[in-house]
Amino acid sequence: MPKAIIEVADAKVSFGAVKALDGVTLAIAPGECVGLVGHNGAGKSTIVSVINGGLAPHQGSIASDGEVLARYGINAARSRGVRCVFQELSLCPNLTVVENTRILHRHLGGLGWRRRAKQVIEQSLDAIFPGHDINTDRTVGDLSIAERQMVEIAMAFSDAGIAPRLIILDEPTSSLDASLAEQMLAHVRRFVASGGSVILISHILHEILTTASRIVVMKDGRIVAERPAAAWTEHGLVEAMGSVVKGEAHRRAMRDLADAPVAIEHVGRGTPFRARRGEIVGLAGLAGHGQTEMLMRLHAASSADWLPRRDPAVTFVAGDRRLNGIFELWSILKNLSVAALGDLAQHGVVKGDAEAERAGEWKRRIEIRTPDMASHILSLSGGNQQKVLFARALSTRAPVVLMDDPMRGVDVGTKQEVYEIIRQEAARGRTFVWYSTEMEEVCLCDRVYVFREGAIAAELQGDAVTEENILAASFAGLAA
Amino acid sequence: MRLLDRISRRPWIWSWFAAFLAWFATIVTGGASTLGLSQAALTFAAFSIIVGIGQMFVITLGPGNIDLSVPSTMTLAGTVALKLMDVDNAMILPGLMIAVLIGIAVGVFNYALIKALRIPPIIATLSMSFIIQSAAIWTNRGLRIKPPSVLADFTTATTLGVPNVSLVALVISVCAWFLLEKTIYGRWISAIGQSMPAARMAGIPVDGTRFVTYLFCAVLAALAGYLLACFSGGAALNMGTEYLLMSIAVVVLGGTAVAGGDSNVPGIWGASLFMFLVVSMLNTYGLGAGIRLIMTGLIIISVIMLAGGRQPGAR
Amino acid sequence: MRRTLSADAMRLAIPALSLTILLAAVFWLQPRAMSYVGLNLLFNLAVPIALATIAQMLIMSVNDLDLSMGTFVSFVACVTATFLREAPLVGMLILFGVVVVYAGLGVVIHLRNLPSIVVSLGMSFVWAGLAVLLLPAPGGQAPDWVRALMTMKPPVAPMAIVASILIAIVAHFVVMRSSLGVLIRGVGGNQRSVERAGWSVVGARAAAYGLAGVFAVLAGVALVGLTTSADANIALRYTLLSIAGVILGGGEFIGGRVSPIGAVIGALTLTLAGSFLSFLRISPDWQIGAQGAILIIVLALRLLLNRLEKREKRR
Repeated sequence: MPKAIIEVADAKVSFGAVKALDGVTLAIAPGECVGLVGHNGAGKSTIVSVINGGLAPHQGSIASDGEVLARYGINAARSRGVRCVFQELSLCPNLTVVENTRILHRHLGGLGWRRRAKQVIEQSLDAIFPGHDINTDRTVGDLSIAERQMVEIAMAFSDAGIAPRLIILDEPTSSLDASLAEQMLAHVRRFVASGGSVILISHILHEILTTASRIVVMKDGRIVAERPAAAWTEHGLVEAMGSVVKGEAHRRAMRDLADAPVAIEHVGRGTPFRARRGEIVGLAGLAGHGQTEMLMRLHAASSADWLPRRDPAVTFVAGDRRLNGIFELWSILKNLSVAALGDLAQHGVVKGDAEAERAGEWKRRIEIRTPDMASHILSLSGGNQQKVLFARALSTRAPVVLMDDPMRGVDVGTKQEVYEIIRQEAARGRTFVWYSTEMEEVCLCDRVYVFREGAIAAELQGDAVTEENILAASFAGLAA
Repeated sequence: MRLLDRISRRPWIWSWFAAFLAWFATIVTGGASTLGLSQAALTFAAFSIIVGIGQMFVITLGPGNIDLSVPSTMTLAGTVALKLMDVDNAMILPGLMIAVLIGIAVGVFNYALIKALRIPPIIATLSMSFIIQSAAIWTNRGLRIKPPSVLADFTTATTLGVPNVSLVALVISVCAWFLLEKTIYGRWISAIGQSMPAARMAGIPVDGTRFVTYLFCAVLAALAGYLLACFSGGAALNMGTEYLLMSIAVVVLGGTAVAGGDSNVPGIWGASLFMFLVVSMLNTYGLGAGIRLIMTGLIIISVIMLAGGRQPGAR
Repeated sequence: MRRTLSADAMRLAIPALSLTILLAAVFWLQPRAMSYVGLNLLFNLAVPIALATIAQMLIMSVNDLDLSMGTFVSFVACVTATFLREAPLVGMLILFGVVVVYAGLGVVIHLRNLPSIVVSLGMSFVWAGLAVLLLPAPGGQAPDWVRALMTMKPPVAPMAIVASILIAIVAHFVVMRSSLGVLIRGVGGNQRSVERAGWSVVGARAAAYGLAGVFAVLAGVALVGLTTSADANIALRYTLLSIAGVILGGGEFIGGRVSPIGAVIGALTLTLAGSFLSFLRISPDWQIGAQGAILIIVLALRLLLNRLEKREKRR
């Protein structure tokens, strides 16, 4: 057996209380394509970051070509021919394709670099996507999303000095149409046949099954199954990704809400979205398939930009606390009250005592662990910050609460407390629209919309809300 | 000790401290008269306080928010108001009204440009400032109309030893402080300055709040122009020029976060007094404008170096 | 290739079109302007503005903004009219030194993650102070060679045009064609990916600032060559004009989208806007206003075109 290009042994990574990688051992040999599947939070992106050199594991070792590397970083990975196509755009949108090639390959400089860079990238593009009509002198920002992704892929496979040996493709076909995707997969097969290695991550199981030589299934930061591709079927994969049935005890009693009035709806591409009064509606599917966009659209459609609304229609609980949740300069008190200021003020003047009283009430109810509500918001732990965001939303009079995967990185105790409050509030007639990347939470919902590729792919209700059904709908290629 | 500790953490305390040092040094080593120096400082600081407060509200809105039309608004308001009043004491109130109206119009146009053309506020207010400047030149035509006598007396006189203009500035400051600290609006601009997406998701009417803020800044600039024109015995075309950089400088020196979201009114006073007192201090030492400017610049840079950049990507 | 016009070409098309229209209007109103002398008069002051605009553009290409451009060019003008004439070696050393200072500013801004607006605001006081120290009153004299260079009469086209074309070509080569230019713009476009590829972002920013310093120095020297003497306030308007020029020329505030040729065209358009009005027999009071109006019109046009383009893409 030839020496592995990259071998990760017993890698452990944890972010706070969350174990993103819990002892993963993975070796990629020359001439194989490893398919990597798993649901949200399984640890796929984390292991990819480790292999790509972007993240040092807190424990465990990395070896390359048989030698253990003590200091493995992006530059080491690059010099060993490891390349990665990221899900996010990693090109400079203001530069042309050729200029981006120049940025990627540092040693292309000198007179006539444009010609050389053009040659490098066009060769790669022609090899992977024969018959493409991308003009490499065009600015990346002007290209369509599919073209941009083609360029990213071609960039990863391009050879200017250091030959690519291991290429990580994270959802490479998400913006490509079927024929382009097939071209790319064919190139992957050719690349692998000529001795290169590829790690392929995709939500389209069919692609993995036909392209990979070996498939690794991850779950909760561990590798739970690993077999040659030929030994897998689509159903087998979905089953392996799922967990033993758990948390059924938290299952809510069935409620018939079919007659309740519609609280909020959105009609767009595909199945229309509808949520009834008192209902908890889940948005599921792989992360980044349009759930957050749906929440944003729902929020934008019923909130005002110019004049404050007398009666708020929706309120929002952020998942990405830093980006659109907390106000970092403020106290816990101000962070909590900001959405309900209209109720706490007279003629535009905030009544300090009413505000403090309201905050005290919610501190008790949701158990925010702080001696003083006037202390700084960042003095709280992540879980308690999240509770403040919940309290902010729930303390408004808005009948609809939108939640954008709010339990990311929250400890189990807090989660149970919040689930209980959500149940109480729903019983009082509040509507919850809940995007969650955690199966356990999705299973708490009355009804679930599963998203795939920006649209609703399936609607599950009552008993049909099961992990199996959700997984099957999230991964394309299964007849749902 | 705890009191001292708490006070030293107030961002405005440093500008007050610096202003006091400059004041003290001028009197002790330069031999200036205490009363005279204090009155002069309060008078001249008053104008930068009024303009600075408006600019502070805008800067509080977050990175990229700066009103560059402040100086031209001052000039236009001063020019038009004096022309309308035409040395007639009965026209003082209409004069004030027209100044405020000009402020409102500038604010409306500023935000209309920001919103309609989707351009950064700096570019919008920059384009506006060109047009306002021209309007001022056109109305001014090199004539220097004197202010009505009552108004001229009012702006140059003192009440109980305190210059009247600084009393006006004080009233405005108290209002601004109240707005910032006690009202919903104050909370909203601070929230927007910390994170616009978070503010939007918290249900804050972002556009309305930003619009009012630009309006407020322009009106204050117009008011300052009105007072300054009366104080200096007539409007001059370059009367606002100095205040472009000055208005930003007093905000920064006053301890307001350049990255937005955190502002304070007392700091504006400290910084404005300091800016004037440094001039008088250096004057008593016989040092010229050059050294004064260099020192001001170095102080601004050291302040921002100490405060450091908070948000990555903030300008 | 269905769409033959790339966004970059579109970006250039609007400023080019507006310049052409403006020029055509001037010629139509005043056919005598269509001569060597006429063109020279029209574009007389364009060269220093174009250079300052290129300098501002370099700063904007790394997502920063320089509010000290005007005072810096004034300072350089003062150095040129004094040291560079009387002690050329010292003058050269000073000018070299300030370019290094500019590069240093870039490093400090990057390392401490400071808001460039505030740092350059502080620097603008420093440059203004230094300029006042050098020339407390208007005066000095341009070095003969500078004067000779700026008043040269090349065949075919007047100096202002020839120099502008030259500036555009050089800047285009440095910013758009060279590896360094690609790197600088890459930092503006996606700093992370540049970092990921193993480049030094500090170095790129320092280079952008240093190059901006070089162009700004040239602007100051060229200005004195035209005006023959200098004063400390000679170029204060350049701060706003240079920003306007970049925007007018299709540059954008963030994202490293800049166009050197566009910037030069933008500077020419701004220069021409003034002359155009005088041909229309509209009072020169509105000259600055016309610059503002053109800026707004061009921005509105660009928004319109962007909208159209997006609609096309969606189809």
